[in-house]
Amino acid sequence: MFTHHESLKSAYDVVIIGAGGHGLAAAYYLARDHGIHNVAVLEKGYIGGGNTGRNTTIIRSNYLTPEGVQFYDESVRLWQDLSTDFDLNLFYSTRGHFTLAHTDAAMRTMRWRAEVNKHFGVRSEAVDAAFVKRALPMLDMECGGHAPIQGALFHEPGAIARHDAVAWGYGRGADRRGVEIHQQTEVTGIRVAGGRVTGVETTRGSIATPRVLCAVAGYTPRILDMLDLHTPIYIHPLQAMVSEPVKPWLDPIIVSGSLHVYVSQTARGELVMGASLDPYELHQTRSTLDFAEGLAAHMLDLFPFLSEVKVNRQWAGLSDMTPDFAPIMGTTPVEGFFLDAGWGTWGFKATPVCGKTMSHTVATGRNHPLIEGFTMERFAEYRLTGEKGAASVGH
Amino acid sequence: MKILVCPLNGPRPVSEFAYGGEVRRMPDPDACSDAEWSAYVFNRSGSPGVKFEWWCHIASGFWFIAERDTARDYVVATHTAESARKLAGAAGATSTARVPGAGGTAP
Repeated sequence: MFTHHESLKSAYDVVIIGAGGHGLAAAYYLARDHGIHNVAVLEKGYIGGGNTGRNTTIIRSNYLTPEGVQFYDESVRLWQDLSTDFDLNLFYSTRGHFTLAHTDAAMRTMRWRAEVNKHFGVRSEAVDAAFVKRALPMLDMECGGHAPIQGALFHEPGAIARHDAVAWGYGRGADRRGVEIHQQTEVTGIRVAGGRVTGVETTRGSIATPRVLCAVAGYTPRILDMLDLHTPIYIHPLQAMVSEPVKPWLDPIIVSGSLHVYVSQTARGELVMGASLDPYELHQTRSTLDFAEGLAAHMLDLFPFLSEVKVNRQWAGLSDMTPDFAPIMGTTPVEGFFLDAGWGTWGFKATPVCGKTMSHTVATGRNHPLIEGFTMERFAEYRLTGEKGAASVGH
Repeated sequence: MKILVCPLNGPRPVSEFAYGGEVRRMPDPDACSDAEWSAYVFNRSGSPGVKFEWWCHIASGFWFIAERDTARDYVVATHTAESARKLAGAAGATSTARVPGAGGTAP
């Protein structure tokens, strides 16, 4: 599926660090839309082996801020044509997405989100408990008696997709257009002269390049240290797990902020489940029993009949969190160094639009209009883009 | 890390504790520049390493400082705020950047 390149060239027009969905999407659009083919994507592990392969694959655009809603809406639009674009089945499946509200305060946020969404043409509605009960008869509306469901935010375009295939699709498309993907190649330094990027040091030799895009999620601070750049990014693990495959019974995606649960059922019948971040900074992808127990208990509040279903696998990824739950994207104080980071727990759904906007930004040297609310400078200017209210679960 | 040694209560399960973030020195709000202040408010040292962190034993409401390797999840030592301050005073100027109250720069 991918060309194997024996060695690195001595120079590239653009070097992308990280062969996850975001990095490969940027490479794909650089080659396809901007005519820049002399590109290397460097990956210290393997293609799609980071958070691209570790998320719970939910795609939605029911965000809270105008910046967020427009950005993710463009992403959903791109997602819908992607299988055709790649000639590769992404198993993109529109399911509908319910964010359950268990309190009056949560209902208020749902109405707020619904109104912002509708203003930008995104299909979201605040619905009452009777609507939820009709749509989801399998749900325990009382949640064991301690968190009765008041209503929900119903977001019709909510979808899931096969996450590995996204990285493969973008990677193959980029590869066919001349982009070199180098796996098992770790970046050990970035050369800067006179305030601008001149090259990259790797475990397989040096490269000269005027432009570097960093798309490495939980490893972002380590790359930024090489340039002495400071950001608010902090790293917590985010765990997830899947059940054994069972008959199809859950069509929509269900999220409960109060119960810290999000769940969907894959095409092969597994329930994919996630919850909150681990409670403290850690640069490890180990799994914990605490997490599995807590998540299972909350799943049983919603669906008591699952008590005999077994958990098949559990894993974790490193989330690069920001204080306002919005990403950090675009140009940086180092000329020629571009950042696509701060994707915390919300990065998978943004893969296509990140590729589009970052390739534009790298090609032109100017931030794409859709990412102007996400710049690194917003913190120094106290101009935050508060998306915490649209996070799936309270963190 | 599943057991954390609280300087007041001894070894306790980690579920009894709340993480309070890295210990950071607040610049003088009247004397520092806007850039220094926003860096203090928002920026964090995101890379792994041995860090001094605030932790709280929830049951007793006791705040203390843990010296923890965030790559390995290994606690090197725990200190009361007072003993951490003394430690900072005893350590040389070169190694005090992360120690509370030692005059190190905010990360």
